[in-house]
Amino acid sequence: MEQDSEPSNDNPKPSKSEKPPAAKGQAFIDEERCKGCSYCVVFCPTEVLAMGGRLNRKGYHLPEVVNPEKCNGCDMCGLFCPDFAIFGVRNKKKKDGGE
Amino acid sequence: MKADPAAVATGVHFIDGNEACAEGAIAAGCRFAAGYPITPSTEVVEHIAKRFPKLGGVFIQMEDEIASSICFQGAIWGGMKAMTVTSGPGLSLMMEHVGLAAMTETPSVFVDVQRGGPSTGLPTLPGQQDVMQVRWGSHGDYEVIALAPNSPQECFDHIITAFNLAEQYRVPVFFMMDECIGHMLGKVRIPEANQIDVRERKFTERPPGQYLPYEIYSGDQPEMVRAGMGYRIHTTGLTHDARGYPEMNAQAQDKLIRRLCNKVLDHTEELTLCESDQIDGSDVTIIAYGITARVAAYAVEQARQQGLKVGQLRLITLWPFNDRLIRDVAQNTRSIIVAEMNLGQMVHEVRRAVGDKVPVHLIDSAGGAIIEPETILAKIKEVVS
Amino acid sequence: MSDAPTNSTPTNPVEKLLRMERIPHIWCPGCGVGTSVNCFARALDKTDIDYDNLHVVSGIGCTGRVAGYVNVDSFHTTHGRAIPFATGLAIARPEAKVVVYSGDGDLFAIGGNHLIHAARRNIDMTVICVNNFTYGMTGGQVTPTTPYSAKATTTPYGNFEDTFNLPNLVESCGAVYVARWTVYHVRKLIKSMTKALNTKGFSFIEVIAQCPTLYQRRNKLGDGVMALQYYKERSTVQNGAPTVDVGLDYQSDIIVGEFVDKPRPTFMDKYNTRMTEILGNKFVPYEGVK
Repeated sequence: MEQDSEPSNDNPKPSKSEKPPAAKGQAFIDEERCKGCSYCVVFCPTEVLAMGGRLNRKGYHLPEVVNPEKCNGCDMCGLFCPDFAIFGVRNKKKKDGGE
Repeated sequence: MKADPAAVATGVHFIDGNEACAEGAIAAGCRFAAGYPITPSTEVVEHIAKRFPKLGGVFIQMEDEIASSICFQGAIWGGMKAMTVTSGPGLSLMMEHVGLAAMTETPSVFVDVQRGGPSTGLPTLPGQQDVMQVRWGSHGDYEVIALAPNSPQECFDHIITAFNLAEQYRVPVFFMMDECIGHMLGKVRIPEANQIDVRERKFTERPPGQYLPYEIYSGDQPEMVRAGMGYRIHTTGLTHDARGYPEMNAQAQDKLIRRLCNKVLDHTEELTLCESDQIDGSDVTIIAYGITARVAAYAVEQARQQGLKVGQLRLITLWPFNDRLIRDVAQNTRSIIVAEMNLGQMVHEVRRAVGDKVPVHLIDSAGGAIIEPETILAKIKEVVS
Repeated sequence: MSDAPTNSTPTNPVEKLLRMERIPHIWCPGCGVGTSVNCFARALDKTDIDYDNLHVVSGIGCTGRVAGYVNVDSFHTTHGRAIPFATGLAIARPEAKVVVYSGDGDLFAIGGNHLIHAARRNIDMTVICVNNFTYGMTGGQVTPTTPYSAKATTTPYGNFEDTFNLPNLVESCGAVYVARWTVYHVRKLIKSMTKALNTKGFSFIEVIAQCPTLYQRRNKLGDGVMALQYYKERSTVQNGAPTVDVGLDYQSDIIVGEFVDKPRPTFMDKYNTRMTEILGNKFVPYEGVK
């Protein structure tokens, strides 16, 4: 059986810098739209998110970014989220002279 | 706006009501039709299927009448003038989409060539038994317009009226032919295209962003757009607000449904088409429509030759029903006979409008054969004696 | 689409497609329909389709509400009748892309007759069927896709009827493109949706999706996460698999993939060809509303 590996890790390469590696991406959460299904937490390939203890106004448990440095902006959270409440974006690469 | 000269079959023709109806629809600008074969209406779509490819139109024979009755609404929202054609059993299947057309204010024309029912009933024989169904057949409160022609000429003339009214009022308009009228051969004079008034669909002039599909900007009709104009509209059969978005509560329902009904009822006078003949001072007035009115005219003539004072009112507009018109008749005659090819449908409306002002008699028929003029004449004599 | 700006918060890419004033939507927590909409939005971004020329038609039911949330000309029609409405619309608007977005009950039970004929005629439309094996909106009744033995409110002792194999049925009727994915397969679903949207003719995608509230719970299958885990663990990608082999049983393995991709002339192509052959220059083709 071919295993489908949809939410795949991008295997971030170790940084050459001595500073902690900058996150490649970022997840944005619209807390009031969230219905607490936890798909973003379970299917995040780099374990950026965790269900936190906080509730939104409707009383749904919210996901929280617990490992921001691990986010590669793959947007798997955004694809799974049935409530359009979260999405991930890749951070702009800083290039000399580039945008 | 005038009809397209390339499409209008100008001239004098010897054709039946079904073909005249098809030619009238073409003259009115109809370029899409969806239908399903059903006697006695089939010749309408057969003629359409022959003519449309030469006129830039498309006919599609759908898998059933349910499909036909919504397929043509899809084409209408795509910007076309369109119709569907059927008879009683098919009409029963279409009821769901009569409601949809009423709710979404789709300018739709339903041609119903009536036959005897209920159920499969009398496929090849006439009836006038759908007149209440078109008014009440779909669930909920709504209003429609229904016209009943009584000759092949009127099939041509008034199907154009039906299309024009659909565009003006954005309601389902029923064209209530019957087997006799549909299959009646007669002289049909099709005028020059520039003699035929055609009401084009009026699209909003408001730009996207300043337009809501169900807002009333003036009068009592919303302004229409079609798919693809950039307005990004939404329509739904659910109770909705001015944006077309579902809004399901008693207030929204009250506002919407009353408007849908009143936009027709408030124009009953303008919508009334009829012919009245020597009603004032008559001893009895015959009220009839469609083929029965045609037969009644002969009986009335016979009665007059025998010295009887008989009037006639031929209803062309069946819905909205004009109470004022009937009350006026009751003011000016001493009794009323309603003749119709059913066991009494429009007679209830007449009795409601007349009250106890004058007696209202009924000549009924279960369908299958026209009401003979002798029957009407006999009833006239019975009533006036 | 821009990458993450540094100062302002970026926008969820799905929002471009949505009528945001209508969000939050009515779907239950964990419902798979929203996930399919995410994929639809991303797929659209990969096509050249102008939103003003995209029309979405839905029937009735949970998935039938999609039409109400997408910010394009959208038509929420009657139960089962999205396809015939879309047929009229697609013929009237040859320059538009018409998408029917509806559920298994709507498309295959009450709307089954329309679906098979639209596929036969090869009407130019994309049909996205979210198959959650139940009627969600009315409270969890049996549908033509509810597997044998699964419980529904109207099969309290377990379903005893046989099911439709949707890809096989649709292929048999003449669809030019047929695929099936689950909502776990988001990336592949996007790819298939993109392909379907770029395909002329009747394309069909079955999207297997969880209904945690009614199907999962009634069958004691756990929550939405467990449904997605099941899709992950038990799905096999078999592109080109014979559709006759892709039927589903209760909690069985799921064969997913792109099964059919064989173009043929559309309804209007054939109409135009035939009429040109027979009528010659007397034929006036329909060219859309001016």
